[in-house]
Amino acid sequence: MNDPRIGRREWLQRAARAGASIAAVGGLGWALHGRNLPSPGPMAPPGHVFPDWSIPDAPPRLAIVTGRDRVETLHRALAALGGIERFIRPGDRVVVKPNIGFATPAELGATSHPDVVRALVRRCVAAGAASVVVTDYPVNDPDSTFELTGIAQATREAGGRVVLPREDRFRNATLGGAQLIRDWPILAQPFDGVTKVIGLCPVKDHVRSGATLTLKNWYGLLGGRRNLFHQQIHDIIAELAMLVRPTLSILDGTRSMMTNGPTGGSQGDLKDTLTLIAGTDPVAVDAFGATLLDRRPEDIPWLAKAAAAGAGTTDWASLNPIRVAVD
Amino acid sequence: MRTVTIRRISQGFFLALFTWLVIVTAWGDAPWQLRGWPVEAFLQFDPLIALATTLATGVLYAGLAWALVTMALTVVFGRFFCGWVCPFGTLHQALGWLGRSVRPGQAVRANQPHPAQALKYHILAFLLAASAGDAFVLASRSAADAPRWLFPMVATGLAAATFFALAQALRHRGRAAMATALLLATFLALGRLLPYNGIVTSSVQVGLLDPIALLTRSVALIALPLGDRSTHFLYSAPRFTQGAWLIGAVVVAALLANLVVPRFYCRFLCPLGALLGLLSRNALWRIGQSPASACTACKLCERDCEGACEPSGRIRSPECVLCMNCTGPCEPGILAYRTRVSEAGERALPDVSRRGVVLSLASGFLAVPMVRLAGRSGPDWHAALVRPPGSLPEDDFLDRCVKCGLCMRVCPTGVLQPAGVQGGLETLWTPILNNRIGSSGCQLNCIACGDVCPTGAIRPFTLDEKLGRGSHQTAGPLRMGTAFIDPGRCLPFAMDRPCIVCQEVCPVSPKAIYWRPRLVPVRDGLREVIVVDGDAVRVTDPPMVAGRYGSGDYRCRVPGRDDLAPRRITGNMSNTLYLEPGDWGDAASPGGSILVEAVLQAPYVDPDHCTGCGICEHDCPVRGVPAIRVTAESESRHPAHTLTRVIGPPRSTP
Repeated sequence: MNDPRIGRREWLQRAARAGASIAAVGGLGWALHGRNLPSPGPMAPPGHVFPDWSIPDAPPRLAIVTGRDRVETLHRALAALGGIERFIRPGDRVVVKPNIGFATPAELGATSHPDVVRALVRRCVAAGAASVVVTDYPVNDPDSTFELTGIAQATREAGGRVVLPREDRFRNATLGGAQLIRDWPILAQPFDGVTKVIGLCPVKDHVRSGATLTLKNWYGLLGGRRNLFHQQIHDIIAELAMLVRPTLSILDGTRSMMTNGPTGGSQGDLKDTLTLIAGTDPVAVDAFGATLLDRRPEDIPWLAKAAAAGAGTTDWASLNPIRVAVD
Repeated sequence: MRTVTIRRISQGFFLALFTWLVIVTAWGDAPWQLRGWPVEAFLQFDPLIALATTLATGVLYAGLAWALVTMALTVVFGRFFCGWVCPFGTLHQALGWLGRSVRPGQAVRANQPHPAQALKYHILAFLLAASAGDAFVLASRSAADAPRWLFPMVATGLAAATFFALAQALRHRGRAAMATALLLATFLALGRLLPYNGIVTSSVQVGLLDPIALLTRSVALIALPLGDRSTHFLYSAPRFTQGAWLIGAVVVAALLANLVVPRFYCRFLCPLGALLGLLSRNALWRIGQSPASACTACKLCERDCEGACEPSGRIRSPECVLCMNCTGPCEPGILAYRTRVSEAGERALPDVSRRGVVLSLASGFLAVPMVRLAGRSGPDWHAALVRPPGSLPEDDFLDRCVKCGLCMRVCPTGVLQPAGVQGGLETLWTPILNNRIGSSGCQLNCIACGDVCPTGAIRPFTLDEKLGRGSHQTAGPLRMGTAFIDPGRCLPFAMDRPCIVCQEVCPVSPKAIYWRPRLVPVRDGLREVIVVDGDAVRVTDPPMVAGRYGSGDYRCRVPGRDDLAPRRITGNMSNTLYLEPGDWGDAASPGGSILVEAVLQAPYVDPDHCTGCGICEHDCPVRGVPAIRVTAESESRHPAHTLTRVIGPPRSTP
């Protein structure tokens, strides 16, 4: 190896190796060359994010039941509307969307009461629903909020399934005709293949929007930095009314949060208003619900906006509500 | 069954148990969540944590007494903990095995004793001395407070004993007398000075390198959040760890070092191993040769020697981790674990110089006042050092926190995060609230962090205490800090946009965040009327953004006509405003003017009710730098940080 000369054969081999490396790198560079820079992906195409889950060709109906026992008033309200079977058919895949916003115990009334969730899920299961999913995207930590409110346990006891708002369960969506829900993450995956949807909400004070009622409750399907929408809270609730056309809306005003809403935190914030409202017109349900907070529907701009968007009527009395009193 | 097989089973069992206990340190009632699992067990059985916190506080806190069991067993059996129990040691051993040389000669060379093995004793001395400041102060204070006749007697006795010991060591009475006088003078001077300077104190920093604390932290804050990223088994929202890179780099470096030298961390760095090595000095059972004359010097015993303790020669018993890898391969069968001392002799003390140890002790002792001179736990306390509820005052907190990360693991929202060095070097990896990370702020109805803290740095507290209910009514809620609104960034203040999210999410009752109405004319809000057509008013330029004022938050009024009720705007085009029905008569007529106003709710914080939970900061839509932020003002643990007048009796801490 001390001979500094190299042979022709070796020189050719080396030249071939060098040429091959240059060709490989050059070829790869040529193939990958371009002026592409990352660009935002295409916007989710506008359209219906969800199907219309309301019962077609049925006149809107409203039941107002007074009574102290929220499970009993729920059963009576369903009976007044013609029974759960009118809404849930065997084989239906159902989502129940309660208000599971805050990690506080049920007694403080900041969330849907687990007793009502349990009773409602049981009725759906008994009516032959193939699956009953309970989901929401809480303000506080999701895992502990579902547990602490007692709703996770109530759902499991009743034969329903809890679906937590995991990141991968949101999908960007654009609602046709919407100004705000454009390419926005929506908790959509739990609704895939679902045939019936029931909104369930307590009656609560809400300083920004006027009141937390069933339409405000769909805020829980918004993901991302949804707090930005507080700048146009009435518009976003009207758009939520367009986004979700539920089969049934149930407003639990057995014990309403009159002050310090929507979080509450004290029994002093609650008042026995002893009323449960169920109906197929969410605007009418909420318009009546506002009166439980001693507010006039016209003081709450989103009600008029939702009505204008075609989600229902604020004139609840025009639906000839069925009134039932439970002793 | 061979001894090494039993040892491997033991190691596997304890590694699995350790991992399981970190996994189940989770809020919830599922079988794999906190349901009475002894999640602090490994930390409680750790004598280094027990010793350091006891030196610093004078109390062997609660479950840390279990460490006595480990100590007693080590005194009798040697460093079984390192070789049979320690989960970190097990990981090192496994990685070292992967990286070992297949050539016996090379493997033996990798396991020869190295002078750097002394380093861990210096680390131990440094960390313990740093923990011992308060004990010195206490001793000197009791000397100062003792009856007058007692101190001279004790001092004379000690001086005499010192003199005779030195005389024997130095073999020179004159020098011994001088040294004794010097020591006595130093001691007397310190005794006069220490109790009153307030800066010689303890700082427990063993958590930086204690293997159990290090591994707990690494699994809780690095391995689990990384591992659960795609499985969503532990958290439905992905977890983040502030400053993850440093925690991760330390553990990864410690593990990879095994590929260079097996059990690198155990041999050179581990302060717990050093402590157990010292404790095993008088172990009743130890590894040794008998008869030594039968040794063939084949060195097969050192091929897989974990401790690098030289069993082929004069065994260094403090280095021996009882891996038992030496007894099996010994061809003459003379190596065994028994009560007799090795016939080849043994070195019962670590190979460290006395001078070096004194230097390490002095450095540790002096490092604390030097760091504290920065005043980070005093007047220059850092506003971002928002500690979990139930945390002790900062000095007491730093006497106890071992940076294990259990509180951060159990925190259901992930708002508890390992601090950087905001509050001084010592705060590294101690828990603070970072309201930007995590699924929410500090949850109102949660007391989990106080429940799992093994050292009481976060003391156990009840929900009634946290919320200021029942017997805690007068004391008020446990406060971590106070929220402040930044009007320069807050939408209703700075940009005339409605928002009030902070008030909405404030979880206490009555809410600590309240609002005042803020009515402001919008930009170019004063306009001349061109035409009025029913409820539609056509106005002059500049053109408006269509729909901008129709959100329900804007209204119109006629300037100078306070008798007319303002009318809500229901919509607008570029030059037309649509108003809700109203009765203005012809007050707004062509040529007149109208004013467009925003009806805003401006947030304010009531310090009497704010607990510093940070939910407002977390949910503030201004995400870059939130327009409402929590700082440590008025935290319950420091009456000196109180912002407003103290109402009710001051809080007591144990």
